[in-house]
Amino acid sequence: MRPVAIIGIGKTAFGAFPDRDLRSLAVEAGQKCLADAHLSPSQVEAYYLGNFAGPSFVGQNHLAPYIAGAMGITGVPCTRFEAACASSGSAFYHAVSSVAAGLNDVVLVAGVEKMTSQTTPKVTEILAGAGDTCGEVRAGATFPALFAMIARRHMYQYGTTREMLAAVAVKNHENGAKNPLAHMRKVITIEQALKGKPISEPLTVFDCSLISDGAAAVLIAPLERAAEFTDKPVKVLGVAQTSDYVALDQKDDITTFRAVVAAAQKAYKMAGVTAQDIQFAEVHDCFTIAEIVAIEDLGFVKKGEGGPYELAGCTRLTGPLPINTSGGLKSKGHPVGGTGAGQICDLVSQLRGEAGERQLARHSLGLAQNLGGSGATAVVTILGVA
Amino acid sequence: MTTGVVYTETVVHAAPEQFVADAPYQLAIVSLEEGGRLTVRVSGERVIIGDRVAFVEDRNGIAFFRKA
Repeated sequence: MRPVAIIGIGKTAFGAFPDRDLRSLAVEAGQKCLADAHLSPSQVEAYYLGNFAGPSFVGQNHLAPYIAGAMGITGVPCTRFEAACASSGSAFYHAVSSVAAGLNDVVLVAGVEKMTSQTTPKVTEILAGAGDTCGEVRAGATFPALFAMIARRHMYQYGTTREMLAAVAVKNHENGAKNPLAHMRKVITIEQALKGKPISEPLTVFDCSLISDGAAAVLIAPLERAAEFTDKPVKVLGVAQTSDYVALDQKDDITTFRAVVAAAQKAYKMAGVTAQDIQFAEVHDCFTIAEIVAIEDLGFVKKGEGGPYELAGCTRLTGPLPINTSGGLKSKGHPVGGTGAGQICDLVSQLRGEAGERQLARHSLGLAQNLGGSGATAVVTILGVA
Repeated sequence: MTTGVVYTETVVHAAPEQFVADAPYQLAIVSLEEGGRLTVRVSGERVIIGDRVAFVEDRNGIAFFRKA
């Protein structure tokens, strides 16, 4: 396998953009990414697009060549990857595989979702399609409901509290307020988070990530060619994708995502590092409880200690292990198909030292964790300064 | 009669489009006495983790359970 590097990144702002369509968002991210690597569209050898539900949200299929064509990329493989909220994490995993194997040199990976043209109940219904529609969804489960049930069980088994969940939201909003591309740049208090409108008990609106429009893109190439395109290459040290059952009621223990644990172990092994070596991470906080479960599953803290760790402020920008310096899905926004690629862009910004107000002092080794559904797909990526 | 124990539960306030009229409603994952788990609706009194529940009826393919 050839070592692979990230040679360019590009992101749109995340938010609610009534005047923008799906294609224009994906094109903007792709063009910013090409410009970042000083590359022309004709140099792109493959286009890997993560998108969860373009056909349902905006009625458009055949998305990868549709978007690539609008950027002037034709005559190459253009493929859409769907893995719920891990769609572009999955696209990234497969793109890295193709470059590592020597099938392609320069691959453009992107993710996009256009969600805000639908009403919230309709968005809730479309998102529920990532669950088991013959079981849990038929009974009335939504994604907030599935994660609310995970939260209840985590509280029961480990004593996790509502204040610990709220601490995740407060911290992510604190970071997102400093991110010019974030959807909701607003600082919130613990009291506000606790008193939010109930969505699915015990989760309030402040425990839930945002319904967003947005796109992100990443260019990868063999490490040995990276210097042709950039002065600041970032090395893909480890990447792994794994799976588990789709339905929550089929999992033995819902306080852990087995797919995340397995993907993390594979990625750590590939990178030759341990959880304790990781300096910062972007994790999939689709709901506040998901960040607590993630830092446990990734091995940053022991099982059951995620909540107290968050409450103690250890994951803030100034803490020993900053988590979601971008603001996370909670504040930055969660255009589902764009989230995995967006996390990679956010890691690269930190690794290159370009994160502005949010820039960390220690920024040579970072991890991204992208989750699909209630844990049926997990992608873990470890990036380092090349 | 099918019975079980509540493994976890939630009360859904923000419902998907087809269930907006039902909200708020309680949903639970029940560990069945006969083995396996099932996601069900709870009718009547609210339940918490550890409560014993029993099958009541099937409405349009949705299993309803209540506190035993």
